[in-house]
Amino acid sequence: MAFDKNNTGYTLLFSTVMVVVVGAALAFTALALKSQQDANAADKKMVEILGAIGVKADRSTARAEFEQYITERVAIDADGQVLSSYEKGRAVDPSDAEDPFNIDVMKDYRATIKPVVKANKGDVTAVQSAVKGLRFPLYRCAVEGKELLIIPVVGSGLWGPIWGYVALESDGKTIYGANFDHKSETPGLGAEIKEGFFTSKFKGKELATGAPVLFSVVKGGAPTDTHSVDGITGGTITSKGVDEMVNRTLQLYQGYLSASSNLSASVQP
Amino acid sequence: MTTASSVQAPAREPLFSKKNRKLISDPLNDSNPITVQVLGICSALAITVQVQQAVIMALSVTVVTMGGNFVISMLRNLIPDRIRIIVQLVVVAALVIIVDQLLKAYQPDVSEKLSVFVGLIITNCIIMGRIEAYALGNKPWPSLLDGLGNGLGYTWILLAVATVRELLGSGAISFPGMGQIKLLPQEWFIANGGVYENNNLIILPPMALILVGMIIWIQRSRNTSLIEEN
Repeated sequence: MAFDKNNTGYTLLFSTVMVVVVGAALAFTALALKSQQDANAADKKMVEILGAIGVKADRSTARAEFEQYITERVAIDADGQVLSSYEKGRAVDPSDAEDPFNIDVMKDYRATIKPVVKANKGDVTAVQSAVKGLRFPLYRCAVEGKELLIIPVVGSGLWGPIWGYVALESDGKTIYGANFDHKSETPGLGAEIKEGFFTSKFKGKELATGAPVLFSVVKGGAPTDTHSVDGITGGTITSKGVDEMVNRTLQLYQGYLSASSNLSASVQP
Repeated sequence: MTTASSVQAPAREPLFSKKNRKLISDPLNDSNPITVQVLGICSALAITVQVQQAVIMALSVTVVTMGGNFVISMLRNLIPDRIRIIVQLVVVAALVIIVDQLLKAYQPDVSEKLSVFVGLIITNCIIMGRIEAYALGNKPWPSLLDGLGNGLGYTWILLAVATVRELLGSGAISFPGMGQIKLLPQEWFIANGGVYENNNLIILPPMALILVGMIIWIQRSRNTSLIEEN
């Protein structure tokens, strides 16, 4: 060996060079694959949105189905005023920050809503004053002659984030369908929120009017009425998370949902 | 790869000499990473509920073991002894992150299923074990073959365990890109008036260890040289 590879200076030099080379390689990989990964994430989101209205799509068909069913993508402010509206036919563009489809509700939840929810347990008014300035996306679509509104919901389960989409009928009260997913809930317990037996319970339920609690997920096995569904036994914290997430989000959309001009279009029987 | 190695090959022994072939065939049986070296047991029980996941996991581990062995072997005369474990970890972790990113971009469904397990490839003892035991003291080409051999040894055990577990536990076999194929006739099941029921015990992690134990049992009764003398 021509040099002493155990010399301290060489060790330092070696580790420095190694870190720079590996760092550069990883940064390059991440950048090179980012657009493909983002496209996959968008496809997944479309699959989930369509899942809320009972349209089964997979990654390959997501874009086409999304274009077919979703008639309008809307962004509203905290008071329910429409900020921007993208009609059917305008393709989802990942580089267009104005597109309601690109609003990162998970990021808004983590940065703004979650701390307030934690600090003021169950107090929606505190959340309502904290979210001024945020944009809220919703999707309008037409299925089987019905006009539906799909609202994204985001919250916290036991181990990590949970999210989903709730579809409301054109009266703004009746739940047409729901779809949930999670990052890391316990398999067999909390993770069951994504299964059909749980989401199908939401179908046909109604939001309460005027009450502070619009909708609730009650403890597994407890009696339910038209404004609540049965939670998952053994998945109590996750069920509570769904309860909090659905109730809070729908409260925040009440400004939009209670304005009759947003709903009247197809209410006539 | 082939062009680079074929240039240096004529200098000495042929690329697939008997010794080099042994590097691939040995880990399949006599020095199998799971049943004889007892490395990588953890992932063998975590990932063998479905054949599909096992295939992807085995493929990823094989690629990473080969890559890790090759890179470390190239650097073996440059790596300072005092930080060699750190260097090994950095190289392996970088390779795993690249594999993870590639899966996310081109196999998003598989990537979702594997989720945390991809990160766990880093801690798979086979990779660090082979680097420490072999690649640090051998030339790149044999190291690459050693990685391939051990990866394949890991693969067949994983596939064997996963096939049994999925067939008896779910009554189906799933392949990448083909989804789950129900192999057992539906009318056999009690729910459809038959006499058969899927065995939920098979799905639980302990059963993977029991199956690996059975493979070790069979292997040692066929190959008595593996039995230690007390």
